[in-house]
Amino acid sequence: MSITLNALLKSPWVFHLSTGSCNNCDIEVLDCLTPRFDIERFGMLLAGSIKHADVLLVTGSCNRKSARRLKELYDQAPKPCVVVAIGECSLSRGLFIHSYNCPVPLDHIIPVNVYIPGCPPKPEAIIAGAVKLIQKVKGS
Amino acid sequence: MYLLYLIVFGVIVTALIGLVASWIDRKVTARIQYRVGPPFLQPFRDIVKLLGKETLIPRGSSRVMFMLAPVIGFSAVAMASTILWINSGRVFGNESFQSFLGDILVVIYLLAIPSISIMLGGFASGNPVARVGASREMKLLLSYELPFILVVLVPIIKSGFSLRLEEILKMQAMDGAFALSVSGILALIVFVLVMQAKLAFVPFDMPEAETEIISGPLTDYSGTSLAMFKLMKNMLLFTLPFFMVILFLGGFHLDGIRILYSVLKYVIILLVITVIRNTNPRLRIDQAMKIFWGPVTALAVVAVIFAILGM
Repeated sequence: MSITLNALLKSPWVFHLSTGSCNNCDIEVLDCLTPRFDIERFGMLLAGSIKHADVLLVTGSCNRKSARRLKELYDQAPKPCVVVAIGECSLSRGLFIHSYNCPVPLDHIIPVNVYIPGCPPKPEAIIAGAVKLIQKVKGS
Repeated sequence: MYLLYLIVFGVIVTALIGLVASWIDRKVTARIQYRVGPPFLQPFRDIVKLLGKETLIPRGSSRVMFMLAPVIGFSAVAMASTILWINSGRVFGNESFQSFLGDILVVIYLLAIPSISIMLGGFASGNPVARVGASREMKLLLSYELPFILVVLVPIIKSGFSLRLEEILKMQAMDGAFALSVSGILALIVFVLVMQAKLAFVPFDMPEAETEIISGPLTDYSGTSLAMFKLMKNMLLFTLPFFMVILFLGGFHLDGIRILYSVLKYVIILLVITVIRNTNPRLRIDQAMKIFWGPVTALAVVAVIFAILGM
């Protein structure tokens, strides 16, 4: 494994995007930064700008307004960049599956690497998802 | 020979110490917040990772200035720390540098350039948030530069109006550190505040206030140029305390057991910076300007008057 890939896996900076979620998943994502879970142990930081980020965390149901912006944001991210879908809404639109405003799920808009189900997923589940992502990238 | 010093001490040693310092800063911050904190190699990994990422140049930016700004800031910090290393003279007992190489004025100018490079980068990127950050950086530079220069006058006066770092160090080796006098202590307090602003740490971090303007002038930077800016900031985290130690605390000695004493001085300064950073709220830019042009400048003037009176 090359040095840069190793460094990338040891310091993934996270950009968090809500595409019309109910805020529960967002609160669980922020919980990961609190003293109880402290993902800075693994070198993860919450980046303010997508240009600094390596991981794009998406929560919410991707409605018509935010889908366009989501795609633009994904194009702006410096590659290599992975996408993590968090919560039932971003996996399969959840409660809003029959809504006129949510035409397609997230993985029809941008490629998704990891799915973390739950409504909302626990912080433990989010950390387990991140670990699985790291193992998947290491294996490939 | 000077080139060797620039590469070895100015860039490599300063960058290594700066990265370790940023780890200490993050770890202490984490412990204050009852977290575990990042592992020791984390700052190195961050820099290596950023060097391996794609560098994007936003459309509508001034390309040349955008890519040049980190290089300008980085080289200015490297030059400043090289001058400090060479002038502190006793680096590994090397006395061969008796020829004149820059004095306090050069260091003051070089230490202003990193802020200017951040401003240049912010304005060149064409992002509205970066412009707000750059304009705040400019106001901050205007406000802290006056007390900074006043406070640097104190060791100059106390060493018999000498602008040379060598003379200041020799004077302190004879009479004890300047920080042991009244004017020295006042000047030290002002210097710590100015250092906090120069590093853009929390009471004065409005240029990069990540809760209001995403990350200020660095918003549109990515990949290599972001790594360069990060490295520049980490090097500044070593260079400014180094300057302070030379001016007020008798310089670093790298011979024998006194190396431990030098490390202790540096780590204590770093801890003071980190604790101030973790126990204060962010000020607004107008409040910062009022503080620097009001009480802090007054304190610096008092320190200068005491120094003239010989206290």
